[in-house]
Amino acid sequence: MEQLLFIILSVISVVAALCVIFVRNPIYSVLSLVVTFFSFAGHYILLKAQFLAIVQVIVYAGAIMVLFLFVIMLLNLNNTESQEKRSFISKAIAVVAGGLLLISLVGLLKGSVLTPTLANGISSDEIGTVQRLGKVLFTDFVLPFEISSVLFLSAIIGAVMLGKKDLKDH
Amino acid sequence: MNSFLPELTNVYFNYLLLSSVLFCIGVIGVIIRKNIIIIFMSIELMLNAVNLLLVNFSNMHNDPNGQVFVFFIMVVAAAEVTVGLAILVMVYRNSGSVNIDTLKNLKG
Repeated sequence: MEQLLFIILSVISVVAALCVIFVRNPIYSVLSLVVTFFSFAGHYILLKAQFLAIVQVIVYAGAIMVLFLFVIMLLNLNNTESQEKRSFISKAIAVVAGGLLLISLVGLLKGSVLTPTLANGISSDEIGTVQRLGKVLFTDFVLPFEISSVLFLSAIIGAVMLGKKDLKDH
Repeated sequence: MNSFLPELTNVYFNYLLLSSVLFCIGVIGVIIRKNIIIIFMSIELMLNAVNLLLVNFSNMHNDPNGQVFVFFIMVVAAAEVTVGLAILVMVYRNSGSVNIDTLKNLKG
């Protein structure tokens, strides 16, 4: 059952990811990326990371992709495909390069030892719960957590400064 | 090939393969597209492939630390997208295009 679900979700992920990079219209690209993120949420549930699955749907599919869609619609980019001219040769070279990267990655990972660790006192069903993750986040990782809030603040300020029409007037 | 087939029954190895494939699709997307938005989305795809790998290893080792790292990657990705799209809007305002080839003013 899990194997079947994994295969279905993987096919959805890979096909939607291929749609993201090969579809001409940017809107369809964004929508296929949303499909990819939903299938990733399904993978997270299969991997017993329930909270991350919810966060994936809310943050990625909800917030980040809406930002992308807003920018595409704001800039009215639906008809910019005529600008995009790559020769067939360079596309083929890119695909071959990516395929070679894939082959070397798989060849590298093929011999890896993947034995699960079982005995560390945590039952495998409750790693991904809010309780367990919150405990780890606010004890071991409390300093990176606070620093990431500073990162967010600077990102907000940077986005506002960049998005202003002209800074000279103020 | 014969030594390769038994590994396909290992569920952790399947996730390794899946994330490698998705990462390479992201790399190909960065190379072949000229639209900056699509390039951003390919970068998101690569980040998500790495997230999937981290969750896989977290599940394999029964350790929640991997999932906390996924949180931090999501935070950094969100900040990156915010600033990147703001830069993109400004580039579009100044040059009237989102083609990556218009940004070659630094070329000597």
